[in-house]
Amino acid sequence: MKYDAIVIGCSFGGLHALETIFTDLSAALPVPIIVVQHISPDNDSFLAEHLNKISALTVKEADDKEELKAGTVYIAPPNYHLLVENDRSLALSVEDKVNFSRPAIDVLFDSAADVFKRKLIGIILTGANNDGSLGLKKIKKKKGLVIVQDPQGAEAKMMPAAAINTCQVDHIIPLAEIAAYLNELLNK
Amino acid sequence: MDNEQIEITLLLEAIYQKYGYDFRNYAGAHIKRRIRHFAASSGLGSISAVQHKIIYDLATFEALLNDLSINVTEMFRDPSFFQAIRSEVIPILKTYPHIKIWHAGCSTGEEVYSMVILLIEEGLYDRTQIYATDFSETALKKAKDGIIPLAYLKKYTENYQKAGGKNSFSDYFTAQYDAAILDRSLQKQIVFANHNLSTDAIFGEMQMIVCRNVLIYFNQNLQNKVMQLFHDSLRPGGILCLGAKEGLKSAPVNNNFNILTAKEKIFMKRYEPPNKEVIS
Repeated sequence: MKYDAIVIGCSFGGLHALETIFTDLSAALPVPIIVVQHISPDNDSFLAEHLNKISALTVKEADDKEELKAGTVYIAPPNYHLLVENDRSLALSVEDKVNFSRPAIDVLFDSAADVFKRKLIGIILTGANNDGSLGLKKIKKKKGLVIVQDPQGAEAKMMPAAAINTCQVDHIIPLAEIAAYLNELLNK
Repeated sequence: MDNEQIEITLLLEAIYQKYGYDFRNYAGAHIKRRIRHFAASSGLGSISAVQHKIIYDLATFEALLNDLSINVTEMFRDPSFFQAIRSEVIPILKTYPHIKIWHAGCSTGEEVYSMVILLIEEGLYDRTQIYATDFSETALKKAKDGIIPLAYLKKYTENYQKAGGKNSFSDYFTAQYDAAILDRSLQKQIVFANHNLSTDAIFGEMQMIVCRNVLIYFNQNLQNKVMQLFHDSLRPGGILCLGAKEGLKSAPVNNNFNILTAKEKIFMKRYEPPNKEVIS
């Protein structure tokens, strides 16, 4: 298989953006998806539960040491960083905030790039700071596929725009077309 | 194994051989991050250079050790956890004439002092002995100092109130020019001691063990070993408190605990061991 995992990062506007993508993603998705959405520490598991209801995929909050399964979406819990181990299990950590965020997109992308290298798809969506730009750059450096939501039409342009400025992006795709693109790419 | 992984493995082996601290079973992604960070911030550049330096230079090792121990903590972190302690655990602790509590991996002490304040307000502190342990001498020293930077007071006060604080957070510290100092009386029943969960053994029998957001840094094998240590260190009916997103999961001792509150990850060691059929 050309790709083994997808990582997605977003913040402001992320709920709607993730809804849009996960409503349209095929249930036959052959890879796991790992998501960091910036979220306040007081939040509960609403995001995962809500997305699970509206998606054909299984969506859940990530657990420490959890093994990644195809067709499942893992959402970083509030107030923990999410990383990927060499054996492709998930790891939680409570380190200092990175880019003022915990969970931080850079932390996930950096760790996933080490593990999956060229078999990783990294996606940056709408958001209000530049967390994720360096992580995306690392994914590109490891020869993974790098996609950014078109800032035109993004609820918050700063995150995707910063990503485009920081690294050579493979595709800039409008939000509504991202799911279709992934379905086509992965379900050949 | 790739080159960087080889370097990390050798560094962790060097630390163990030279100083006896065993990081070899820590979760890899996290340790890699901390080591890379230290290699860069120390100016040493490569992980192999770090390995060489720490063997010959104690100060560098101590700096690395400090980096490897996690110090992100705050008073009354996860206020809902402390609420659950008040409502679910205090009634149980009240039934004991003497209470022993172990804060394992206490870092700089914020969680310990939070528990002390809670126990004082619930009228239990005088019959409690607290053991606050960590492998980091630097962290233990900071814990004993009991200093709160002024910048954190607002957040800590909010947390204290959300946690069901009965008085005023300011009752427990004195503010000076640039910091607040927690009242020395809070330390009355606390023993701070060096203990390494990777390598050290049981030192006593507890009514409660609090170990929050420490196990996530261990690999599965070490987690299982430490869970066994906690199990063996608890009286039957003893309470184990883990971090908000931690759990017993596949640890072999899982069967020996009941869930007291699922959301706050508070568990109770069973009085009777489960049937043999259940275990196998």
